Amino acid sequence: MTRLPRWADLALIPALNLALAFLVAGLVVIYIGESPLRALRIMIEGSLGSAYAWGFTLYYATSFIFTGLAVAIAFHARLFNIGGEGQALVAGVGVALVCLSVDWAHWALALPVAILGAAVFGAAWAAIPAWLQATRGSHVVITTIMFNFIASALTVYLLVNVMRVPGSMAPETASFPPGAALPTGREMLGWVGIAFPRAPVNISLFLALICAAGLWVLLWRTRLGYEIRAFGQSDTAARYAGIPAVRIIMIVMLISGGLAGLMAINTVRGEGRRRVLDPVQGAGFVGIAVALMGRSHPVGVVLAALLFGILYQGGSELEFEMPAITREMILVIQALVILFTGALENMVRMPVERLFARLRQRRA
Amino acid sequence: MDFITIVQILESTLRLAAPLLLACLAGLFSERAGIFDIGLEGKMLIAAFAAGAFAAFTGSAWIGLAAGITASLALALVHGLASITFRGNQLISGVAINFLAAGLTALVGNHWFRQGGQTPALPQDARFGALHWPLAETIGALPLLGPVYGRLVSGHSLLLYLAFAAVPLTWWVLFRTRFGLRLRAVGENPAAVDTAGISVTLQRYWAVMICGLLCGIAGAYLSTAASASFNTNMTAGKGFIALAALIFAKWRPYPAMWACLLFGLLEAIGIRYQSIAVPGIGVIPVQLMQALPYILTVVILAGFVGKATPPRAGGEPYVKER
Repeated sequence: MTRLPRWADLALIPALNLALAFLVAGLVVIYIGESPLRALRIMIEGSLGSAYAWGFTLYYATSFIFTGLAVAIAFHARLFNIGGEGQALVAGVGVALVCLSVDWAHWALALPVAILGAAVFGAAWAAIPAWLQATRGSHVVITTIMFNFIASALTVYLLVNVMRVPGSMAPETASFPPGAALPTGREMLGWVGIAFPRAPVNISLFLALICAAGLWVLLWRTRLGYEIRAFGQSDTAARYAGIPAVRIIMIVMLISGGLAGLMAINTVRGEGRRRVLDPVQGAGFVGIAVALMGRSHPVGVVLAALLFGILYQGGSELEFEMPAITREMILVIQALVILFTGALENMVRMPVERLFARLRQRRA
Repeated sequence: MDFITIVQILESTLRLAAPLLLACLAGLFSERAGIFDIGLEGKMLIAAFAAGAFAAFTGSAWIGLAAGITASLALALVHGLASITFRGNQLISGVAINFLAAGLTALVGNHWFRQGGQTPALPQDARFGALHWPLAETIGALPLLGPVYGRLVSGHSLLLYLAFAAVPLTWWVLFRTRFGLRLRAVGENPAAVDTAGISVTLQRYWAVMICGLLCGIAGAYLSTAASASFNTNMTAGKGFIALAALIFAKWRPYPAMWACLLFGLLEAIGIRYQSIAVPGIGVIPVQLMQALPYILTVVILAGFVGKATPPRAGGEPYVKER
């Protein structure tokens, strides 16, 4: 097969895949008896139409950047970390422990410690599957799935039996001290004199963007990044070149788990300000769709995370305006995006490649 | 703990193990042919919904079963297209199928019935009711043997018996027929099968469709036999427990049955007792019981207690040499 020009590979194929996903989603909307164009308008207005809407869209996007990067770095080493959900759940406990440990005087003091807490707890939860994959050959997909369920049971146990406020029925921790509260979008824009409504977007959006930039530097500007990508291209060739497989698998999975864990900064510390029963809400799985759509590139991941932020915020508006279409429409779209950009990618790629080959022949 | 309590727990073990077993055998066919399937959950879920919905529409459990199987087969076909024809990533396809089922069942269910994604409660004759074996009443009155015969052997739905009958059938098909030999061969060494002039593609499609069929029965069991309607996210991770059981059983039919019974037993104990006090150890929380199937599977996968080796060509799309 001839190789595709770069623009077709990076833009045309994802665009066609996405168009197919939305086409099928549109057919579902038509079947429900609503107009897909009106649904699209409500979703876009509901997610981008006002400063308030942006405040939610960017809040969702922040979580998805973290989980998307987590899946993306693993993809570069040809590992599939499906355990972002569990890693973020455990990281939420870490964030809560940090925030509740002392009466923080200032948010900026608590931030590095909370980042450490989230990353270490998230990475620790990825460490066992990583170690089993690296040394025992246990398939990391299956073990991370199992660890999602174990994380869920473990954190429910901790919340109900250990971390719950004594005397309270709700399975959640105490509220964090005011000093641990992260600056929201409203406060941050207030510093520069811009009015912004009360919305959950907070300073961790910048943390997510820094992580995206950091990942790009790591993957394409460092020796380790080269080794990771080499290992992903061919683990046998990498081994032959003296790149130790165990080390790469461990490092990649620990970074991946740490990144997934960082989303807890956004949801647990930024928005909830306490650890509730499920602060992840499927964002770990959205990361799979985001990484696939973003072609595992940090820029692509940020753009795809924004798109899914629009979907999640627009989807809740849609439920409000069109009662016939429930929130689960988002799951359908998410599934179709994963299906067409991930599993059925060749369905589009093969005909496009053939088309380009024919064009090239005619020119020659 | 008295005798009748034990019988009751075992009875509920059987009922909880049956859908796991059907899904586990479904995965067995697919994975033995080299197609990983983490979409068991989604296929079961959509089948449970379709069975519950069509049994409610028509008043017939059988039409419900057929609808459930059809829905599950449709998703199996998507998985086949993605992983066989278009040589995509089988794991990603499975993830997509799980989300597709979770989304579509809630969305379409709400559109059809307007009950928040639930299907209407089925009357008794639109369900797979309990089958009473001959002399169940007479023998049931006897001490000891009575409860065992009356509650464990007799008194279950047809689909439960089907689940357990599928175990020897699966063993026979896989290990005693030409079809089964070829199916296992495409999961181990597809190139050799191809050289022998047998279509790897066709053989793998067969496996994936049998997987769809069995997942369809498992789903129908949930909504038309074990309970009387479909609820949102009814499978609640059963597909993944079945997957765990499959690995725990190292991809073999009879051990799969024991693994499903074990996981069913854990669930039955977890439902009956919120926490269990073990003398000398302390109180075992219910969450540990829920997590135990997954923990056991990781231990097995780690190879500390016997190595679980998946079919060698599992997860690899087959590319015919040209």
